[in-house]
Amino acid sequence: MNWIATRMTAFLGSDVLYRFRRDPVAMAAFAVMAAFVLAAMLAPWLSSMNPHDPAQIDIMNSEIPPVWQAGGEGAFPLGTDIQGRDMLSAILYGLRISIIIGVFAVMVQMTLGVVIGLVSGYMGGKVDAFFMRLADIQLAMSTLMLAIVALAVFKAAFGADLYEDLAIVMLILVIGFAEWPQYARTIRASVLAEKKKEYVDAARVIGLSAPVIMARHILPNTLSPLLVISTVQVANAIINEAALSFLGLGMPVTMPSLGSLISAGFEYILSGAWWITTFPSIALISLILAINLLGDWLRDVLNPRLFKG
Amino acid sequence: MPLLDVRDLRVEFPTRHGVLTALHDVDFTVDRGERLGIVGESGAGKSVAAFAILNLISRPGHIAGGSILFEGQNLTRLSIHQMRRVRGNRISMIFQDPMMTLNPVLTIGTQMVETLKAHRKIGDAEARRIAATRLGEVKIPSPDKRLDSYPHELSGGMRQRVVIAIALLTEPALIIADEPTTALDVTIQAEIMSLMLDLCKTHGVGLILITHDLAVVSQVTQRVVVLYAGRVVETGKTARVVQDPVHPYTRGLLAALPGEGTAGARLNQIRGSMPPLTAVPAGCPFHPRCDHVQDSCRAALPALEDLDGHRVRCTRARDLASGVAA
Amino acid sequence: MAIVAFLIKRLMQAVLVMLVISLIGFSIQDNLGDPLRELVGQSVPEAEREALRDRMGLNDPFLEQYWRFLGNAVQGDLGISYHFKRPALDVIADKFPATVDLVIGATIIIVLVSVPLGCWCAIRPRSWLSRVAMGASIVGISIPVFLTAIFLIYVFSVNLGWLPSFGRGESLVEIVPGWTTGFLTWGGLSHLILPSIALSSIFLPLFIRLIRSEMMEVLEQDYIRYAWAKGLAPRRVWFLHAFKNTLLPVITVGGVQIGLMLAYTILTETVFQWPGLGFMFIEAVTRVDTPLIIAYIIIVGLIFVVTNTVVDLIYTLVNPTVRLVGAPS
Repeated sequence: MNWIATRMTAFLGSDVLYRFRRDPVAMAAFAVMAAFVLAAMLAPWLSSMNPHDPAQIDIMNSEIPPVWQAGGEGAFPLGTDIQGRDMLSAILYGLRISIIIGVFAVMVQMTLGVVIGLVSGYMGGKVDAFFMRLADIQLAMSTLMLAIVALAVFKAAFGADLYEDLAIVMLILVIGFAEWPQYARTIRASVLAEKKKEYVDAARVIGLSAPVIMARHILPNTLSPLLVISTVQVANAIINEAALSFLGLGMPVTMPSLGSLISAGFEYILSGAWWITTFPSIALISLILAINLLGDWLRDVLNPRLFKG
Repeated sequence: MPLLDVRDLRVEFPTRHGVLTALHDVDFTVDRGERLGIVGESGAGKSVAAFAILNLISRPGHIAGGSILFEGQNLTRLSIHQMRRVRGNRISMIFQDPMMTLNPVLTIGTQMVETLKAHRKIGDAEARRIAATRLGEVKIPSPDKRLDSYPHELSGGMRQRVVIAIALLTEPALIIADEPTTALDVTIQAEIMSLMLDLCKTHGVGLILITHDLAVVSQVTQRVVVLYAGRVVETGKTARVVQDPVHPYTRGLLAALPGEGTAGARLNQIRGSMPPLTAVPAGCPFHPRCDHVQDSCRAALPALEDLDGHRVRCTRARDLASGVAA
Repeated sequence: MAIVAFLIKRLMQAVLVMLVISLIGFSIQDNLGDPLRELVGQSVPEAEREALRDRMGLNDPFLEQYWRFLGNAVQGDLGISYHFKRPALDVIADKFPATVDLVIGATIIIVLVSVPLGCWCAIRPRSWLSRVAMGASIVGISIPVFLTAIFLIYVFSVNLGWLPSFGRGESLVEIVPGWTTGFLTWGGLSHLILPSIALSSIFLPLFIRLIRSEMMEVLEQDYIRYAWAKGLAPRRVWFLHAFKNTLLPVITVGGVQIGLMLAYTILTETVFQWPGLGFMFIEAVTRVDTPLIIAYIIIVGLIFVVTNTVVDLIYTLVNPTVRLVGAPS
């Protein structure tokens, strides 16, 4: 993968880095995002307990408020939830699950989108028309709607118990399958632009596979739009996962993501245990905001020609 | 007193790489009912000059100096509100591409009536009647019906006729036409141009015709200004400038016209191209492309030399005029 | 005529999409548990079950069963809800007005806020209000709708006690038999306010940004410069010449947001226990009420297909320049 190396040197030499250093918002957003990712990766070492392990949870510790409130305990800085789990540990592990789902779902989207975009742009005609119409319909129906319906059906078909074990894979696949059109459209547009160039004909004449040659030309050129799309898409995937978990279609309470933590705490917000919902919410919003700010900044700096909507 | 007197007009565009000057100390005048041509290649500043008169230069560009006297008031000093009473009322504009100038979602009638109503206290019915009369004047068939058409239902030539009709609606003193036929089909260019000429004559309205085509200028205008890289390089009576051009640039433009020279021969293009505003050379801006270049051309910007009413910005203006350097 | 051809093409596409959706709905029915068990319970002997199965046509070939399903669906028979013990379509008809109220409430807020604000941001991009609006919009995009809803409940219901936190209230007005609305009484309105704000909160940033960027693009066009050159008043240039051209892309993008809107009604209704379609659907999922799940999917698909077709039609009517051949892209 030689072009990755050349792209990297080009990236470091460009003014992207320079502009990054001069933009406090971008730097802050990056710092927050990096901190969250690091915290998620180091969750097992940063947490005082493993919230997924029932053996470590003591129901006697339930609903302890944060340490600065009356009744708070030093062992649970952000308090505990209804089952007696340390909130800080639950948030760190939840962050980990949310980020894993976000990143993997986007990888599924990207793979699907790039392949469909290449095929659609290269083949043209009926294949192209079919995929692009499908993309229109899918985008119009919205990811969330498709995901809710698909997961609802799976949940009803598998039964709640089996579904809980499969939830993480199902979420990645469903969010991944629902959002390929963004990528496919971008790739397709560059294929169409590239197809007109002479080297494609030349490659065909000397017996090389034109699609392979084109892919090699196109992918490096679409790197910056792909980067911008991916940033926003990770944020969207995490938000959608949270929404699905909130509806009870995502991660189970035994292995909670940020969304399922918020959902679990929602019932107790009225009875005074505000911390169970509030802290995961703050984590979720700051993470999404940081990624979105970074995505906006990248869009301004790289200024790729993106599709609207 | 001339109808329009532009003096030392200077237009600047601040950019990230410093201030670009699109027009340098440009002077010209238009008398009542007179037709003036402004000529130059694209990027010479012709359109900027046109838009500067109505203070419509796109931001961040702005008029940085000079004055524009029109009917006794300095247009550069008018408030936005006062300026609005000049625009489309005393001075009308005709834009280059009739496909882009008419609003695609409003009918021809709406776009005509609103212009009248912006400047006259007038009822809808009366405004429509005037609009229909003007459409008839620009030879649009069944004008009453056309008022209810949308722009896309008309051909390019028809649309430009509509724009000309709009320009005449308020009986302005001056019309500024920015390459009014460039975007049209070659076969109807002459037709539209002669229509414009006739209407200007019958209404006694002044015209500033902006074009890159000296042939059109010689047919339509009485005086001409040649712009190069934002400066006036030659100006005078059209007949004289076209017959006895002095500045090597004007000569080059004339030589490049089809029909000059032997039939079948190559067109004599001026070599090179006009420098972008970011890279205007020192001295005479034309010197890198000039066949008569001397050391003095590179040293300093020549002044506008007055050869009895025919003014030329060239160090060797007198040599060239007398044929010494030819 | 072109418009007829366009209509036919659009209609055929709509029918095709509906067929796909109904096929998905039908496959679900086939795979979600055993309808017989839901009907007769476990105690019936196997032979008797098999006979019943035959009588109900459950052993017929797939296509035959699908065809029957389709025939019933077209006649308005989408099965009987296990939980409500009533035709699924009746249950949906009961819940439908509540969701419509919510969608209308949110739409009013979206239009009233995003149109002026989006225009202002385009006309005066450097003013403090535009900067605040743009900053707020990125924060708005980053907050999930259910958190906005929870936050609104916490502040306005729990702490301030100004507005109710769940349901539609008692004082609904029946405008036609079987159709109630909360818009006509204070009691109904007070229940509508928080859910409508929550639902609109996710669309406001989207529309403010969309209107701003479209309008900024339009303001650069030649015909706007020409409008200024004609000496028109700023109001007329902005709100007629520019806005009418901004509207077209906004309608196309905005119209297809109905899918997203329906998805977010599920979230909003769940938080506010709003007795509409979304809340009903989530409850049906929890109860594995298959007929109701399928009915919901088909009705939502229908709403989606109809809205998109109507939006396309409006688009062609509003935009005089649109070519009627093929779909406007």
